Amino acid sequence: MILPVSTGTRSRYAPAPASAAVMIELLQRVAERRDAEAFAELFQSFAPRVKAYMIRQGADPATAEEVAQETLLTVWRKAGLYSGEKGSATTWIFTIARNLRIDRLRREMAFQELPEGRDEEPSSDTPPDEAVSEKERRVRVREALSKLPEDQQQVVILSYIEGLSHSEIAQRLDLPLGTVKSRMRLAYQKIRDDVEDLK
Amino acid sequence: MKQPIHHPDASTLMSFAAGSLPEALSAVVAAHVEMCSTCGRELRTAERIGAALFEQLEPAALTAQMSGEAERIPRRERWQDQAYAECAPGSLPRAIQRLVGCDLDDVQWKRLGLGVWHMPLPLSEGATGDLRLLKIAPGQIMPEHGHGGCELTLVLAGAYRDEIGLFAAGDVADLGDDIEHMPISCAERGCICLIASEEKARFKGLFARMVQPFTGL
Repeated sequence: MILPVSTGTRSRYAPAPASAAVMIELLQRVAERRDAEAFAELFQSFAPRVKAYMIRQGADPATAEEVAQETLLTVWRKAGLYSGEKGSATTWIFTIARNLRIDRLRREMAFQELPEGRDEEPSSDTPPDEAVSEKERRVRVREALSKLPEDQQQVVILSYIEGLSHSEIAQRLDLPLGTVKSRMRLAYQKIRDDVEDLK
Repeated sequence: MKQPIHHPDASTLMSFAAGSLPEALSAVVAAHVEMCSTCGRELRTAERIGAALFEQLEPAALTAQMSGEAERIPRRERWQDQAYAECAPGSLPRAIQRLVGCDLDDVQWKRLGLGVWHMPLPLSEGATGDLRLLKIAPGQIMPEHGHGGCELTLVLAGAYRDEIGLFAAGDVADLGDDIEHMPISCAERGCICLIASEEKARFKGLFARMVQPFTGL
């Protein structure tokens, strides 16, 4: 089995699934009051996981730690751009880590913007408690991921966690490029259908 | 602006959200997303997938004593939006303004041949691939050609038509290696597009045939 990505033992660093609202609150305290205590908590929750992400993306442990530190410092500096209504803290921090990975590990320009720079859904669609629904959505995504056939899980993880392009995945698995793309597409459609159900 | 009709494939958006799409292709997706609220929403879903996977990673303990002293100033990221600030909303997507200038009028076209101009855009040191702007005169027929690896075309102005349909401003052609097509540019306005390939020098053969379209017939 490919999922779960972690070996399952809950580390003391791992934010409990129920703490999504807490994370958003911490981030807001950092944004509004430059609250160093709230930042230290965020740091403890996220930096070890960002380090793990960078290692899986091919960084050596020292570089991974450096980029993890930098990711959290970017969170500190950019917290003012974060808006709790627009998504989860985890998704926002993931996108910062992703961009720094492109910049530092791949030495490429990241064209990806952080989520709040983008057009949002019409406000009439926005549920009253976006934080809860956002958390619910990510739970759905996680469930949908675990239900995917193994060949689809595999390409999704190679893309997101190992950081391989479609062509690199095709090469690694010795598959035609078209097969890699169609497995990704099928995985996406299933996950999307499960998340869209929420509306 | 009218919403685009042709979008990048879901697998392309996922790879972009994962940060695994090659740089040249990422530039095209970013430019399209600016013009397409549908893909903006899909991208959020694709990023949620990344966050869900990220969340399940087994944390790696830090070795240094770092409680996150917030005051340490990190090095400047290259991905910040500082370069965009100088441009008013113009005819070019923000994603490529720092490579081209604010406006389509700022493009420094180089003539490739009869009715075809281009401007190669610089990529980072770590990137392999090819990103460039292409301008085709009105009513020009491009030679039939296939596509190796992953390639993306975004129409910025004018339009073109091929076997798949009509591609106007904002539309993306996400062509796999199994597609052969023979595009014809709009008879009145021609076509300006942003094209990307993950392979370097991928467009060489096509350009050679474009400027001498009758060789080999």
